[in-house]
Amino acid sequence: MTDAVQISAVGRSLWADAWARLRANRAAMISSVYLLVIAVVCIIGPLLTPNAFSTIHQNYTRVPPSLAPYPTPSMIEPALAEAVQKGRMQLDGWAQSGSTVTLQVTSKKPIDARVVRYVDRSDMFEAAVATEIAADGLSASLTAQVQQKYFIFGTDSNGRDLLTRTLIAGRVSLAIGLLAGMVAVVIGVVYGATAGFIGGRTDEVMMRIVDILYSLPFIFFVIMLVVFFGRNFMLMFLAVGAVLWLDMARIVRGQAISIKRQEYVQAAEALGVTNAGILRRHIVPNLLGPVAIYMTLLVPQVIILESFLSYLGLGVQEPMSSWGVLISQGAKNMPSANWLLFFPAFFLTSTLFALNFIGDGLRDALDPKDR
Amino acid sequence: MLRFVLRRLLTAIPTMFLIVTISFFLMRIAPGGPFNHEKGLNPAIKANLERLYQLDLPLWQQYLNYLKNIVQGDFGPSYTRPEFTVAEIFATGLPISIQLGLTALILSTVLGIAMGVVAALRQNKAADYAVIAAATAGSTIPTFVIAPLFQLGFALALNWVPVGGWGDGALINKVGPVLTLMLPQLAVVARLMRGSMIESLRSHHIRTARALGLSDYSIVVRHAMRGAVMPIISYAGPAAAGLLTGSIIVESVFGIPGIGRYFVDAALNRDYTLVMGTVVVVALFTIIFNLIVDVLYAVVDPRVRYD
Repeated sequence: MTDAVQISAVGRSLWADAWARLRANRAAMISSVYLLVIAVVCIIGPLLTPNAFSTIHQNYTRVPPSLAPYPTPSMIEPALAEAVQKGRMQLDGWAQSGSTVTLQVTSKKPIDARVVRYVDRSDMFEAAVATEIAADGLSASLTAQVQQKYFIFGTDSNGRDLLTRTLIAGRVSLAIGLLAGMVAVVIGVVYGATAGFIGGRTDEVMMRIVDILYSLPFIFFVIMLVVFFGRNFMLMFLAVGAVLWLDMARIVRGQAISIKRQEYVQAAEALGVTNAGILRRHIVPNLLGPVAIYMTLLVPQVIILESFLSYLGLGVQEPMSSWGVLISQGAKNMPSANWLLFFPAFFLTSTLFALNFIGDGLRDALDPKDR
Repeated sequence: MLRFVLRRLLTAIPTMFLIVTISFFLMRIAPGGPFNHEKGLNPAIKANLERLYQLDLPLWQQYLNYLKNIVQGDFGPSYTRPEFTVAEIFATGLPISIQLGLTALILSTVLGIAMGVVAALRQNKAADYAVIAAATAGSTIPTFVIAPLFQLGFALALNWVPVGGWGDGALINKVGPVLTLMLPQLAVVARLMRGSMIESLRSHHIRTARALGLSDYSIVVRHAMRGAVMPIISYAGPAAAGLLTGSIIVESVFGIPGIGRYFVDAALNRDYTLVMGTVVVVALFTIIFNLIVDVLYAVVDPRVRYD
């Protein structure tokens, strides 16, 4: 008996309650784990992948995704022939044993040992040496090491590694989503809360401003901001955040007004609690729920908007990348190089799904009306 | 009702005035101009062009001129397409955008309501989960992913439809654009309808109707759906304004000569009159559709009165 009394006396806070309900939501929990994995992979991944995101591999443009190392045997001969031709020689024969290739070359002019640099210049070979040059200098045999390269996601039309690019793009997209989301939330909360608390004519004027901004064509507004700020990566998210705060401001204002009229606030006023005290004890904690929900639902919106702008060529600029940039490049390379569309599209959509599930889960967990 | 409509149209005038004013000055304080080409235009030619289009006048005078012209329905010449006036560009592009947008709007509303009703009637059964899954996918996957994937699957791999182009309005050319336009709307409408239908089916008047022994059809269609479509109406208003004025992504991916493309092109090229024209057209559509929504409210719900 005493146990039961003690337990009920402790009570459960809103947040403990919400956390328990969020934990029970399987879709939201799986999505959280997935999102965490994507974030970690995007942040750490580019350090571990074999190729840098901006390195151009001239011999490997638009190679399909493969778990096996490049070059494939069929790629070696054309690359050798090309390298040898650049050295004004002819390829008579070649053989491969392990990672070493041996070439037999002939030329109309005497061969200098330094021609091996033409072989080295190719992305596929390294450490080329002329092992034997004939007495007349017109034929020689060279050896070179084959450089093994892994392009698990394939390469783009410039020969850059798509895996590293997708992860780098993920960093950019997630960072912009988070930062611009926070910018929008801060502006929206401060603006909405001010309008809601002060009320009266100030509220009226502030909300009419929001109404007018709403009725401006959204995309015109964004494009004007991009035009102002230039195609600058750091200012991009400010522009996006500055556009998306309108919803937040309306929601927070509505909440603030409704909380202000609650009986417990009136009771606190009657008891002589100061305005600051009411604000700290009642209004801010009650605002946090809707703000948290809208923040998680805002992040995917920001990511979509950023990708959309980048898709139009207004957002992130080369050689940096975002998922929107990669998708637009992928769409241009259809149907010969579909992997360029599939991988970024998969990363973007799966992240958006995860964020939406987390947002829905948070809403279910934090909405007290739904109990 | 007529008085309400007239009053709303009158209050639209100051709104339009504000929108035109804000957009006009917002665009003008942005750096650059319509004749600042990358290669650099001969200064004399540039000065002549600016005089021709009266861009050399003080800004406030240009603003007053623009207001005067726009009141008379004159949108001015386009700077990037000197062979057309802005009005002519809209005359050719707008019907195409409206046609695609309206088709997508009607299809997505009708289909979405049907899906929502089915899901609500079979709550927590397979059909319901299928609708929820489709709605989640439709509202999560962005248009710029759906559009190229559609092209890849149905145009390039299966060869059922052309990859793009308007084809003088051939029906088969409209399949892709209309589908990609309607999918996100369909998802939202289905989700909204499911939610409001579930609520509506639980309400007292439905219980009364059941107690009176009305047929299922009559209960669902005449009584439950009537109340449940209200959120759809308020959603479809602003959505319609967006759909009918063309989508940048859909029109550029499928190569449709509508007006959606002009937003970006015109703003980047500082084609002031064309940008202003698009802003005015979009704002007009928004105001008109909001008005239609309010009128429809009164039609669907007799409790709503405006006089």
